[in-house]
Amino acid sequence: MNRRWSRVLRTPLGLASAGLMVLVLGLAVLGPVLWGAAAEAVDTDNILAGPSSAHWAGTDNLGRDILLRVLVAARLSIVLALLAVVIAVVAGLLLGSAPFLVGKRFGRLLSATVNIAVAFPGLLLALFFAVVFGVGATGAVLAIGLAGAPAFARLTQTLVAGIAARDYVAAARVAGVGRVRILFRHVLPNAAEPLVVNATIGAGAALLSFAGLSFLGLGVQSPAYDWGRLLHDGIGAIYVNPAAAIAPGTAVLVAGLAFNLFGESVAKGLGVGAGPLAVLPARTESVRRPETAVEEVRSVPSSDVVLDVRDLEVTFPGPVRPVRGVTFAVRRGEALGIVGESGSGKSLTALAVTGLVGDDGRVDAARLELLGHDLRAADTPVRRRTLGTSLAMVFQDPMTSFNPARRIGGQLAEVAIHHQGTARRAAIARAVDRLAAVRIPDAGTRARQYPHEFSGGMRQRAMIGMGLMGTPALIVADEPTTALDVTVQQQVLDLLAAIRAADGVALMLISHDVAVVGDVCDRVLVMYAGRIVEDLPATDLAGAARHPYTRALVDAVPDMSTDLDEPLATIPGRPVDPAHMPPGCAYADRCPLADAHCRAEDPPLTADPGHRVACWHAGEPLPTPRAADELVESP
Amino acid sequence: MTASIAAVGQARPWVRFGTRRLGRLLVSLWVLVTASFAMIHLIPGDPVRGALGPTAPAELVEARRAALGLNDPILTQYVHYLEGLVTGDLGTSLSSRLPVSDIVAQRLPATLALAGLAFLAAVVVAIPLGVAMGVLTRRGHGRRTELGFTTTSIVVATVPDFLVGVALVYVFGVRLGWLPVAGNDTPQAYVLPVLALAIGPAAILARIVRVEMVRVLEADFVRTARAKRLPARTIYLGHALPNAATAALTLGGLLLGGLVAGTVLVENVFAWPGLGSTIVQSILNKDYPVVQAIVLVYGVGVLVVNTVVDVTLARLDPRSLIREG
Repeated sequence: MNRRWSRVLRTPLGLASAGLMVLVLGLAVLGPVLWGAAAEAVDTDNILAGPSSAHWAGTDNLGRDILLRVLVAARLSIVLALLAVVIAVVAGLLLGSAPFLVGKRFGRLLSATVNIAVAFPGLLLALFFAVVFGVGATGAVLAIGLAGAPAFARLTQTLVAGIAARDYVAAARVAGVGRVRILFRHVLPNAAEPLVVNATIGAGAALLSFAGLSFLGLGVQSPAYDWGRLLHDGIGAIYVNPAAAIAPGTAVLVAGLAFNLFGESVAKGLGVGAGPLAVLPARTESVRRPETAVEEVRSVPSSDVVLDVRDLEVTFPGPVRPVRGVTFAVRRGEALGIVGESGSGKSLTALAVTGLVGDDGRVDAARLELLGHDLRAADTPVRRRTLGTSLAMVFQDPMTSFNPARRIGGQLAEVAIHHQGTARRAAIARAVDRLAAVRIPDAGTRARQYPHEFSGGMRQRAMIGMGLMGTPALIVADEPTTALDVTVQQQVLDLLAAIRAADGVALMLISHDVAVVGDVCDRVLVMYAGRIVEDLPATDLAGAARHPYTRALVDAVPDMSTDLDEPLATIPGRPVDPAHMPPGCAYADRCPLADAHCRAEDPPLTADPGHRVACWHAGEPLPTPRAADELVESP
Repeated sequence: MTASIAAVGQARPWVRFGTRRLGRLLVSLWVLVTASFAMIHLIPGDPVRGALGPTAPAELVEARRAALGLNDPILTQYVHYLEGLVTGDLGTSLSSRLPVSDIVAQRLPATLALAGLAFLAAVVVAIPLGVAMGVLTRRGHGRRTELGFTTTSIVVATVPDFLVGVALVYVFGVRLGWLPVAGNDTPQAYVLPVLALAIGPAAILARIVRVEMVRVLEADFVRTARAKRLPARTIYLGHALPNAATAALTLGGLLLGGLVAGTVLVENVFAWPGLGSTIVQSILNKDYPVVQAIVLVYGVGVLVVNTVVDVTLARLDPRSLIREG
């Protein structure tokens, strides 16, 4: 508790507002004691005077010192505001917790009433009650108090409903504890903190409202005076002596700000976790490791290469480097799979290729080219057009990857409108055509629908259709089937395969599922801890994989020959934390072949044509399979 | 056939939404009307005696009570009140003896103009500002800008409109003498009252738009829009803003309601000849029929605003239909 409060005081805003609070409350206590008599001193020779050395803010129509009156008025202004807040909180608590105590039906009626009352602005309610209770300080206190009640009732309702749903309340109920007792023993104590914080903010609001009512002449009446009343008197003479309006106005403002800001900073400080106080890691320059020397890429005819990636690194503040020097190429019409556990860097590799790594991540590469265009170059309209039409991306979650506020057809058509200068009508027609091409039935109607009207599988097909609006040379699909039902997974994979076969589009398929990748792809990159550990033809996966990690991945996939009496094979241990990379092979801790050499020195990726592997013991026979925890990550 | 099924599927949420929303509006209206009727009866003592003062002769008080129908059974009075509302008869002012409907009709336009212009000004400033701030302070960007903007907007939003009004009067009226500080006779006279009313809501709205933009810019569909290589303007305004607008609009509606009420104070600072200055005078004069009518007008204004906001929300975000239904 103390820790949390001291955290509030450590923010600049919290400290400043706490200081203001002390000042304002001190003034309320001491003001009338110190200057009470002097503020009443009438000086008829000196009425409505401007500021002078004797009267810093001038005098009023009876020659009384305005500054002293402002200082003395602090007590009445604040006391009245606090009274109003107490009324608001008490009335709100009664109204808000009543639905918990009384029956369901009456409770619902009460909440409905509160909901209607909350819709009306507080000032309107205050005016209503001011009429009912009459003009004057008492009437205004009641009016502002009751006008604030619905907001506190709503807050109480929400808090009580939230707490009442918790296990310990249910337990108390089952134990036969009475509702009133539950409310006072279990529910309200837990609602106290947010209520107190909101009451503090409410006190600021009440202070300002009260000043408003008094300013209108509906609050405090002469001869008593609060800040609003002084402002009321001062504004009439603002051309004669502006200070008479400015002084009480400033006082109201400072006091109102003190309560409001203090309440806000306490709310923030006690609220969610570290929040704004968390020290964000500064961006640090990464020290590039010269890995290109060992990672020689195979020579491929350049005209055939769609995507060329050399020594790709992705760095986040920390610094954490989840992708550590990845080199590969994708050829025209080729299907390349990237497999690995979560955290292996496979998705980040895809995002880096498509230029979608978040703003806090940094992408470095010796080469990063699509069809000869440097993907890291500045964003120009021409470049956008090239990439927008030749590179398509399919994301993991089709539920969130479409804009929920726009029709599907429009979202597809956009590509043609922006990149090909197509007119809207023609672009929509093309979108319908593309939706039909990805086997969406009744595409014309569907194009006019919103994403929430599509099923998951249909959305994923529509997403692929969006990629086909241009003439893609490469489709990057990041776990395109993970979020889908098993029954529609195959449909989506078949669709991708068909598109690839028909148009010679290259496919980069990122998946944790080695079986899917083996089925769909020609070639497979296996990633571990941000590096490629093996690059092999898909046909080699079953029998000719050389890296122990690849072999473990393949062994973990059950097939028809799997002995169902044995537990499923898994890979022991956990993937390494990218923030704490070991000096040697990152897989060593989980590898049955690892020795001291493995732990001391990271193996380079060998450059065997057609089959690259990064292991000191590549291809060596594995000891008898061990079983520990699971291999196939959950999506 | 599929098309017709889809059409029904699209139409039904709207019907359900419309019925529910209309029902809520009617219930709220009924509560409002009843409260405004009850107001005069909740006042302790005899409202007519209060209005005419302790020196008024008993016969006059009695005659006035009879004229107002205050001696009838309460249910009869309620029915008469409702009948009057339906026919546009809001009663007669106790002090000026004019029909209340005439007073309201004469005063309402000035208040509507003030509130409408202020809301427009707030939106026109706040949305571009909020979007720009959201883009500048999206994840991994502009931490200092964010802190400065948030602090400034909190402080600005805390200053109540009538104090802004007083400050504007002092600076632009008294000190600089640039702009008129009372009445609504010239276009220039609108500047200060509209500013006084708009600054607070603009600060709050800009803050919410920023927070929502920052949130939405993290969304998957923004990444999709980036993957489509759309121009930045299209991503921010075409994709992010409509999704950020939902929350901003909900809050904007609340602000507009508060703005309607805020006119009361601002009108009194600037001697604006609207409903706000009238209701305060009428409360002080104990002219209850006028007060009742103006409270009713404000209340209806707030309810209409809330309904319009909900319907606009449903148009902008089709999913809210389902949530509502």
